[in-house]
Amino acid sequence: MSLITRRSLIATGSAAAATLVSGCDQISNVQSLRRILSFGQLMSLYAQRLLLAGQPLVREYKEADMSPDFPPNGTERPNGMAYFQHMMSNFANFRLTVDGMVKKPLSLTVDEIKAMPSRTQITMHNCDEGWSAIGQWTGVPLAHLLQTAELMPEARYIVFHCMDEMVRTPDNSGFYYESIDLFDALHAQTILAYGMNGKALPVAHGAPLRLRVERHVGYKHAKYVNRIEAVDRLTHIAGGMGGFWEDRGYQWYAGL
Amino acid sequence: MALNEQSALADEVDASRGIAPQAPPTAVRKREVMYRHSVAVRLTHWINALILVLLLISGLRLFNYHPALYWGDYGYSGVPSFFSIAALEDIETDEPVGVTTIMGHNFITTGVLGVSYDAMGEPVTGAFPRWLTLPGGLALARDVHFAAAWLLVFNGFVYLLFGLFTGHFRRALVPTGAELRPRHLLADVWNHMRLRRSRGEAARRYNVLQKLAYLIVVFVLLPVMVLTGLTMSPAVTAAMPFLFDLFGGRQSARTIHFLVVDLLVLFVLVHIIQVVVTGVFNNMRSMITGRYAILPEDGK
Repeated sequence: MSLITRRSLIATGSAAAATLVSGCDQISNVQSLRRILSFGQLMSLYAQRLLLAGQPLVREYKEADMSPDFPPNGTERPNGMAYFQHMMSNFANFRLTVDGMVKKPLSLTVDEIKAMPSRTQITMHNCDEGWSAIGQWTGVPLAHLLQTAELMPEARYIVFHCMDEMVRTPDNSGFYYESIDLFDALHAQTILAYGMNGKALPVAHGAPLRLRVERHVGYKHAKYVNRIEAVDRLTHIAGGMGGFWEDRGYQWYAGL
Repeated sequence: MALNEQSALADEVDASRGIAPQAPPTAVRKREVMYRHSVAVRLTHWINALILVLLLISGLRLFNYHPALYWGDYGYSGVPSFFSIAALEDIETDEPVGVTTIMGHNFITTGVLGVSYDAMGEPVTGAFPRWLTLPGGLALARDVHFAAAWLLVFNGFVYLLFGLFTGHFRRALVPTGAELRPRHLLADVWNHMRLRRSRGEAARRYNVLQKLAYLIVVFVLLPVMVLTGLTMSPAVTAAMPFLFDLFGGRQSARTIHFLVVDLLVLFVLVHIIQVVVTGVFNNMRSMITGRYAILPEDGK
């Protein structure tokens, strides 16, 4: 054994610390541990579905109650040429696709979506980190879109594919995505928003279209949505857990 | 004091004669072992202790993701907060500095809050120090916190059913009229300040401050923790919007959640100190096996 210098000791220490950190990540990824813990998520899902059986609306606020600012979260401007061109052309060539288990797949421009029935609501946005802000959203009820596309009876989940690539991968599987079940998809306040605080939805908040699914915390509210897919299960999409963050250990049910 | 010394002396004299100290049959004069805690109380106590530790370390981990408290419905970086913890940088030394801000007053808390040191003495930024928080990320902390919260509710439910149906609450926790008289309360406060341990007949029951503390924890603090926790859930408040009105908004509920957990931590610290002061072995044995030794009225 040679002499240990202070420098090498520090290096070893930080290497050990790095191992510890990745060790912690390993702990959070250990399937058996997470499976035991997931009983909490299941309990919350069942208990809250029981509470919400009558599909009550979340509290809506008056304009005076709105927060002076609304911090954007997650991606604030998607990378890549495709989105940049959409942004430069003010989303004139943008199309929203509605497909999967629907009888009539749709391809809609923003103007066509704006011509559909709309709903405006002032609601509280709850981030899972603990902060909250109150903003006004205008959009088309998701139920209307799904009704127009004629959802098949086998469909159980609605998947939102997004234009922001979170992780570069060879197979393009690193794009943000989210999913909700029909209980939330058909709720009156679940809208695909194109307007915020009386103006067009800003890029930082998910232009041209973002999901508002008011009974969930922030990460379920997919931004930059360009495809809505109806499916009967989630296992064949990306990591199979129903969302970009869900594939990385986050809870699929995010009502708390 | 003189009485204690006399009695101790008498015991010694008896011991030197090879006779065990004798006591008259009326009062508790001899060390006696009673059955103090039922199985239900012991089980729910230890399960609760484990759950509270899990809730605390995962809760502090969650707090670290947004270490600021607000009042009202909304609150985010930029909204004035009355309590926040931050890691700043000393412009002269470039060293990280932990700053805790309470009502606009800044306190340097490097080493404890904002910036702490790891085992190698290297500074680590983060509101609460790593040794006090659950390892891993936000997703794991949420999983642990919510799973533990469900266990708290189940365990609490078992305890409440037991307490109500066996008369445990009525017999052991509800103070008598005599105990609530100011004279008695003051005497009990004085006993606590002198760290006096209950003896004889008085040791068979919880003292009045103890009863009140347990009642407040069981029927006020823990229910408020559960309700303020639920107020942070957008799904729960969709069904029960009155929770917002009850606590003054989502951020207010989060703040109350944080303040009440401070009271719970304070309770646990005092609880542990009292366990130590009044005899670790005897107290631990009574909470594990149920058997608790009563000290004689006036002896050792």
